[in-house]
Amino acid sequence: MEFMYALLASVLFAAGIYSILRRSLVKLLIGIILLSQSANLYIFIAGGLTPASPPLIQESNQALIQPYADPLPQALILTAIVISFGVVAFFLVLLKRVYQVVQTDDLDDLRGTD
Amino acid sequence: MNDLLILPIIFPLLTAILSLMFRKQLNIQRIFGLIGTAASLGSTLFIFHIVHSEGIQVLQLGNWPAPFGITFVADLFSSIMLILASLTGFLVLIYAISSIDPQKQRRGFYPLYQFLLMGVSGAFLTGDIFNLYVWFEVMLISSFVLLVLGGDRSQMEGAVKYVSLNLFSSILFLVGAGILYGKTGTLNMADLSFKLAQEPESALINSTAVLFFIAFGIKAAVFPLFFWLPDSYHTPAAAISALFAGLLTKVGVYAIIRTFSLIFVKNQDFFLTVLLILSGLTMLSGVLGAASQNDIRKILSFHIISQIGYMIMGMAFFTPLALAGTIFYIIHHIIVKTNLFLISGVVRSIYGTEQLSEIGGLYKKYPLLSILFAIPAFSLAGIPPLSGFFAKFSLIWAGMNIQQYLLVAISMLVGILTLYSMTKIWSEAFWKEKLTESASPVMETARKYRPAMILPIALFAILTLCIGLFAEPIFQLASQAAAQVLNPGEYIYHVLGIQ
Repeated sequence: MEFMYALLASVLFAAGIYSILRRSLVKLLIGIILLSQSANLYIFIAGGLTPASPPLIQESNQALIQPYADPLPQALILTAIVISFGVVAFFLVLLKRVYQVVQTDDLDDLRGTD
Repeated sequence: MNDLLILPIIFPLLTAILSLMFRKQLNIQRIFGLIGTAASLGSTLFIFHIVHSEGIQVLQLGNWPAPFGITFVADLFSSIMLILASLTGFLVLIYAISSIDPQKQRRGFYPLYQFLLMGVSGAFLTGDIFNLYVWFEVMLISSFVLLVLGGDRSQMEGAVKYVSLNLFSSILFLVGAGILYGKTGTLNMADLSFKLAQEPESALINSTAVLFFIAFGIKAAVFPLFFWLPDSYHTPAAAISALFAGLLTKVGVYAIIRTFSLIFVKNQDFFLTVLLILSGLTMLSGVLGAASQNDIRKILSFHIISQIGYMIMGMAFFTPLALAGTIFYIIHHIIVKTNLFLISGVVRSIYGTEQLSEIGGLYKKYPLLSILFAIPAFSLAGIPPLSGFFAKFSLIWAGMNIQQYLLVAISMLVGILTLYSMTKIWSEAFWKEKLTESASPVMETARKYRPAMILPIALFAILTLCIGLFAEPIFQLASQAAAQVLNPGEYIYHVLGIQ
């Protein structure tokens, strides 16, 4: 199970790197999105996969007993998702503005416009 | 008492919210901004006073005990950085009010400015690795918007590079934090330090350290990860690039020093060697890049990189003296570099350009401005008795003590080349006779700068002089801060209460 997730995360990471190395602005954005998804998935795996055991204290107990799913990585991922959502939204607007004023989607054509 | 640590976050946050409420009234936003930054300056000075007299201060947010909640920690190093951040924030704001085009100010300049300061203060204060990531993002997203404020064509190339590289570095940082949590089950920096000290050395931790190293290296503009900096720092308004130049890369340097002195201490020799090599290359590439430029702000941007090299060099030596030198260098650098960017903004408002070939004759027309430029410029180059001399001297002395002659030689060479760049600006912009007829038409629109722009420049220059003249007590302070950084046990004890 963990192996499959790890494989997925690494494929996403590789795809993200490949995309940001392309010359197109939109592919750069897609690459950043893929990379941040991969990072989120990575935290999820690194926190340990514990299926079907919610982090809830049973009525008969005083504290959590092993095994239970660690809720913290999910909180971290949630934070990271919100942040990357905001950043990607900004990046999208920036790219639109770049396209408006420079009239190109090619990163190489951006050189020397400053 | 410890609750005070939240103030450098609360003041900018409140000011930003209030500024958002009065979106249309610029004057009200200005007053709020001045009051807010002055208040955070006061609070950081007070925090420094307490840390200096009573030792490391710790605030457990929400009263969650240490490894579980988010911890704010102020040791001497971070409280010095806090003072510098809020001082820069205050003085640059005075400059920004009178220098930035009101059209741009209307587009949310004041709230974003405060959010940026909040992010910087948070990054200096936090004792939690994931929280550091969050503060980095707060800082980054406000800097993204400030960088492209106005949305001119010239700003686009730098902005795309800046945004994409910084996002990439944040992703690496996030992955690193994830691995650390998976390995140790904690995110608290003191707890991480404590737990990793007991673990055997492992490939996972070392590769995490590399991830952090690259992530912070991009933010600090270390060789070979600096390319976003000279492409973006010369495009926004002068006040904005001055704030960026002073603070943003130093947050990266702070993070490198903090994590590699506290968390990744196991395989330190390897990383310090890498840092040593990179510091030499950073200094050289920065200063050589500057020598080939002809635009004031581009020259200054490249000099940020070479100066980052000096700071990293002190970290790489990792002796008490060298680290004290690094901290002294950061103090000197933030004040001087911010000031030089502010002056370049004045030059721009006089001539409408910063191309050295198109300007000249400033010394005759504006003698006060010339003197105010000479102080930080020659301080940057390391002429005694200005602050840069003592900063460079202590680093070089530290290098001599541990027989790093090659690095010492490189740093001296870089010092000379810095002097070359500064004299180039001085002779081209200030001494050279202004070209009359043949010059570009922008010179016809020459305007007078506003006196309010000179006030912060003069204050920064006085501070530079003071650091130079009272180098001894400030160096003592830097030594104490360095001693704290080199002794993680004290940090851990204050946060976790264990020896």
